[in-house]
Amino acid sequence: MAANTRDIKSRIKSVNSTMKITKAMELVASAKLRKSRSQLERTRPYSLAVIESIQEILASSGKIKHPFLDAREVKKRLFIVLAADRGLCGGYNTNINKLVESQVTDPSSVKLLIVGNKARNYFTRRNYDIVDSFSGISEAPIFSDAKHIGEVALDLFKRGEVDEVNVVYTHFKSTISYDPKVLKLLPAESLKEDAQKDKRQALIEYEPSPEVVLGYLVPKYVFGAIYGALIESSASEQGARRVAMESATDNAKDIIKDLDLLKNRARQAAITQEISEIVSGANALK
Amino acid sequence: MSTFRLDVVTPNRHFFSEEVEMVIIRGTEGDLGILKGHYPMVTQLGIARLKIKQAGEWREAAISSGYAEVKENYTMIVTDSAEWPDEIDIDRAEAAMQRAKDRMKHGPTDLDLVRAEAALRRAITRIDVAKRDH
Repeated sequence: MAANTRDIKSRIKSVNSTMKITKAMELVASAKLRKSRSQLERTRPYSLAVIESIQEILASSGKIKHPFLDAREVKKRLFIVLAADRGLCGGYNTNINKLVESQVTDPSSVKLLIVGNKARNYFTRRNYDIVDSFSGISEAPIFSDAKHIGEVALDLFKRGEVDEVNVVYTHFKSTISYDPKVLKLLPAESLKEDAQKDKRQALIEYEPSPEVVLGYLVPKYVFGAIYGALIESSASEQGARRVAMESATDNAKDIIKDLDLLKNRARQAAITQEISEIVSGANALK
Repeated sequence: MSTFRLDVVTPNRHFFSEEVEMVIIRGTEGDLGILKGHYPMVTQLGIARLKIKQAGEWREAAISSGYAEVKENYTMIVTDSAEWPDEIDIDRAEAAMQRAKDRMKHGPTDLDLVRAEAALRRAITRIDVAKRDH
């Protein structure tokens, strides 16, 4: 019996130390989440400004032609996949991987640009064509990361190696809810359609020319959108991790409660047995 | 003097959003002074100094490439980075300048040369803006 109580005690100890770790991770994740959210707030004006400017140009000079804006026959698609470097964040990585797979009917018709070790390992195992992968940026993305990824994507698009560029990221709705999403970046037809609905025919001068300004703005739009998606994903990752760690801590508490009960029961049983042994021993001596 | 609103946005922050009297930017064709009621236009910006006049006082900031959207009583500057003189790390800018110069000497490809040139111009602008203030 004594051995049993010792076993239970050591289990309580190990669950306790696991709980300490999950608790600490929860606190770290919520601190990082706060940082990512304030970053999110600061980035939004930039992305909105760029999109608005592009739409204004398209609205005021409707006949403009630009290779980035016009659709061509889609043979190869590029997916920029934004996931995490590390696990222990619930279904965060799995949801992204599943969303990518649901978009793809034939793996040989897609190329992938991957951010995050988890997604890279997943798609490497499944023999996808991975153009490039990045690690160490998903947690605290900076603009030059987005620019670098965007340049690779633009280059592939310009050379005709891919006919469509999508970014797969996790949209941050609130601290407890996240949505994996696919956003089509190139060709940017949707921008054109929205612009045509909005018939503000302002007379604006472009220096040096509308084509040049547009050619400059579209890459900015791509970088801005990737940066925004990176930041949304990083906030979602921290949020998902915080929730996962919170429920792990709660589970650990429940387990400890059950084990405590078992331990007390075992201790009582041991005492009862000892008493009855003493009593029966004393009776035998009479 | 009549004023108009100026917004400067970068990917990392909303750098500036106030009423100003005049702003001077470096466009592709040279410097442009913008007052209230300027003709609507959009122009690409070079890596240069941005001068802002508020209540008769001039302020300066270093910006790297971007574009400006000018409307009658509103101007928006969208740029990759913007810094006030006191935010500029001169040592870092000088190191960057040296690095860029070295790279231009040994730069094997055209792309590297273009990048090094842009880095050099950013460094020079930063040093220029920071030193003028002191």
